[in-house]
Amino acid sequence: MIEGLLRLGDNTLVLGQRLSAWCGHAPALEEDIALANIALDLIGQTQLWLGLAGQREGQGRDADRLAYHRDAWDFRNLLLVEQPNRDFGVTMMRQFLFDTWHLEVLKALTGHSDDDVSAIAQKAVKEVTYHRERSTDTIIALGDGTEESHNRMQSALDRLWPYVGEMFNPDDADLTDMAALRPVFDAHLLSTLDEATLTKPDSAFAHLGGKTGVRHTEHLGHMLATMQVLPRSYPDAKW
Amino acid sequence: MVTTRASLDDVWAWLADVPDPEIPVISIVDLGIVRDVAWQGDTLQVTVTPTYSGCPATAVISMEIEAALRAKGIDQIALKTLIAPPWTTDWLSDAGRAKLEAYGIAPPRAAGGPARCPRCQAPEVELISQFGSTPCKAQWRCTSCLEPFDYFKCI
Repeated sequence: MIEGLLRLGDNTLVLGQRLSAWCGHAPALEEDIALANIALDLIGQTQLWLGLAGQREGQGRDADRLAYHRDAWDFRNLLLVEQPNRDFGVTMMRQFLFDTWHLEVLKALTGHSDDDVSAIAQKAVKEVTYHRERSTDTIIALGDGTEESHNRMQSALDRLWPYVGEMFNPDDADLTDMAALRPVFDAHLLSTLDEATLTKPDSAFAHLGGKTGVRHTEHLGHMLATMQVLPRSYPDAKW
Repeated sequence: MVTTRASLDDVWAWLADVPDPEIPVISIVDLGIVRDVAWQGDTLQVTVTPTYSGCPATAVISMEIEAALRAKGIDQIALKTLIAPPWTTDWLSDAGRAKLEAYGIAPPRAAGGPARCPRCQAPEVELISQFGSTPCKAQWRCTSCLEPFDYFKCI
């Protein structure tokens, strides 16, 4: 149970941190506001998931303790969410792939037998419905946009595709059967890519090791160094 | 010393005077986030639900509830956060909806968008972005008077 909660909370934490780096840098004011809002929702969900993980663990670790005082090998997020922002196209493609998976995971978890898990999923699913609507619209607008935006979106999809398989690679620690979500993920993905005039890569190769913590990419450590430096350097700091 | 417990009707009335920190024209009771008030012995328990899970106003609202009740002489207060059932814009009161519109924020509608421009009342409106200045708002534009405006989005 705790492992499954950490996976959910680490995904939203790492992606929330990644997105917040766009604040003040997005290509348009509306995009800037949207990315900051989505980051805020994800960090709010992190407080709920990691808060519950700490409570169930029963060793006095709260959400902040788990977020700031664990090292890369203790993180259980998907490799997809720790990938760097790169350009706006890569950021939005990463978001679209994650949102499409995340929404289905949360819908499944609303029916979880544990009341606390179900309650958090019921709260988060409302927020993530808006996230997926926006990232879907953006993928279509940029994919079926100019030659430049189309090429960038296709190369973003090609770059991130090897990180899709991990989302559906099942094991006992997940709180729901991830493999069962693949058909509904594929349906939304394919209809969106079709409208966006983008092509799904053929390869089924998947990088693994994020959600088990066995092998994160080098990018996670760099991100955590920035995210954790203040509470690690000044453990009693309040803000 | 014998303490008298304030009536729950009074408590609700006091809370109805606590403004939302982001949209001060409506109260936290109008917003539908105060879910319950109950005496447990000499402690007043106030149950609050967040609008969005990451909404920064949530912490400020808790402080304001405590301050408002202390000002009325209640010193034993327990604030409880409840996330299920999740907050919905259906809990926004009719008075709250009217106050939002008068303030220039189009109230939420099940149809997913505003009925009309809150400034000029024209029905010709278009979406700019589903995300706005706070987690609970989207940005729309009136194509009649051309003014952008906030829409309190439906969740």
